Amino acid sequence: MNGAGEEIVVDVMGVAQRFDGRRIFENVSLSVRRGEVFAILGGSGCGKSTLLRQIVGLQVPSAGAITVLGRAMPRERGLVRSAIGVMFQSGALFGSMTLLENVMLPLEMHTDLPPEGRAAVARVKLGLVGLRDAALRLPAEISGGMVKRAAIARALALDPPLLFLDEPSAGLDPITSAGLDRLILDLRRDLGITFVVVTHELESILAVADRCIMLDAAAGGVIATGDPRRLRDDSTEPTVRAFFHRQAP
Amino acid sequence: MPTARLDVTAGAGEVGLAISGRLDAAGAGAIWRATLVAAGRARGRTLRFDLSAVSLCDTAGATLLLAAEATHGGTAQFDGLSESAAALLLRLRPLAPATAPPASPPTPGRWQARLIADAVDAVAFLGEAALAVLALPRRARMLRPRDLLRMADAAGVGALPLALLLGFLLGLILAFQSVIPLRRFGADIFVADLVSISVLRELGALLAAVIVAGRTGSAYAAEIGTMKVNQELDALFTMGLDAMTFLVLPRVIAVVLVMPALTLALDLAALAGMTVAMRAFGFPLAAVLHEVAQFATLRDALDGLGKALVFAAANGAIGCAAGLAAGSGPRAVGEAATRAVVGGIVATIVIDGLFALILYRLRS
Repeated sequence: MNGAGEEIVVDVMGVAQRFDGRRIFENVSLSVRRGEVFAILGGSGCGKSTLLRQIVGLQVPSAGAITVLGRAMPRERGLVRSAIGVMFQSGALFGSMTLLENVMLPLEMHTDLPPEGRAAVARVKLGLVGLRDAALRLPAEISGGMVKRAAIARALALDPPLLFLDEPSAGLDPITSAGLDRLILDLRRDLGITFVVVTHELESILAVADRCIMLDAAAGGVIATGDPRRLRDDSTEPTVRAFFHRQAP
Repeated sequence: MPTARLDVTAGAGEVGLAISGRLDAAGAGAIWRATLVAAGRARGRTLRFDLSAVSLCDTAGATLLLAAEATHGGTAQFDGLSESAAALLLRLRPLAPATAPPASPPTPGRWQARLIADAVDAVAFLGEAALAVLALPRRARMLRPRDLLRMADAAGVGALPLALLLGFLLGLILAFQSVIPLRRFGADIFVADLVSISVLRELGALLAAVIVAGRTGSAYAAEIGTMKVNQELDALFTMGLDAMTFLVLPRVIAVVLVMPALTLALDLAALAGMTVAMRAFGFPLAAVLHEVAQFATLRDALDGLGKALVFAAANGAIGCAAGLAAGSGPRAVGEAATRAVVGGIVATIVIDGLFALILYRLRS
């Protein structure tokens, strides 16, 4: 299902995270190839979102090293800022701005496009996520699924080759969630974007992910890695089986 | 440094736009306006793009090409486009805006309609409040004494230091500003009468009402507005609790209960400030107290306190109404607080004017 190349765009090498001496995870390694959809899975509290924050440079790992597009994170975060887009779990849209203004903001900050150019590009991005007609609405006036899609449009504003999505399907109904999955695949096909998706939504994982790693809070690190469909069918690890077959371990 | 370059060649029946470099957001930004101007001038002629020297074309670049085509008004020729860029152009063609959507035209009478809607809302609020008061005996359980005391404490005790400070400064400044001109006529001792009567009848209640509008009214609007944004009002409704009885009445009652004490404290602080100023100008304390006792009456103080009660009820109710009318989103709470303060101060002045008219009629 993927058109991934061999170029490594995200390389995580033996990272760990501790808070006040408490271990969240340790010795986590992964590599993401250009053009693939890579999922970070696991139950609540296993450190999925923390790992994502480390990768995008928002959090300094307690140990290990991370490179994104060949740049060391978080030290060289500024050099890849416009090459990566991040969609946060809540969407994190600015409530006082319309969707159009939200998407225009990165263009205003990082390009010399004139206002009408910014608006045109932003409308195209909103069109890509199916929100063209909601451009002038405020985040508070749209549904949760639309907020997530608008957040993806904002993350796409600068045409980043690499997009990070934190729980894109969380709190959404199955139909909206499936629509988001389709959007991810469409964007990958049309724009060649590489996706790193943090999620615990089983249907989404199986629908979009080419490869995945699975974190476990009890194990304090990675317990499985590979094609999610093969993990579902072949894994003998109890937590992995429980996750994919919706059973208590 | 621009990452894209535009060269325009104009012929009799054709305009050629040769673009080179990276056609991403940075490159498109550098040549955006020049490209659209050239495309506009090419109307009626063939518009031909030479894109063979474009090294990269992303959605921003494709949007520029489609915007140029829309400005031209006809179908443009895109020569030398890479396979991936051609696919992108095809994908984005249905999404690119043909022209910027017009701004929504101003609707005639919009502010008048808003004014009428606000007036209707105010009447509805008063009606609901009246019904809630009438139904209070049946819903007494919703009026929780502990909440009432907490609100009274916040509105009264919390505002007391501010009322004392502002009252003292008011009396001091009024006396200081009045003594100098009246001294020229040998009437400076009457400053004590002037300040005490104006504070007791008018200014004490007015300043206390402004304090209540700024502190308590805005706090009520923010509290209730936040509850509305967080769907707590919906939760109250689903639990069968009436927001008017549960949230509005205790707040209005609390502020009405504390307002006389607040006004009286402010009046006394103003008289103290006036006395300090008079003493500074050499008047003996006994002379000042004698003037105040001789001219200021209990009726003056009661007039002020009576008005203060109405001011308090108006400010409390306006604060709560602003909170209940809050919209959604993070701006809503701030807007509700602003409406509470502005509405409260305007209402205070208007009610004060009505009082002046009514008391004049009654006593003339």
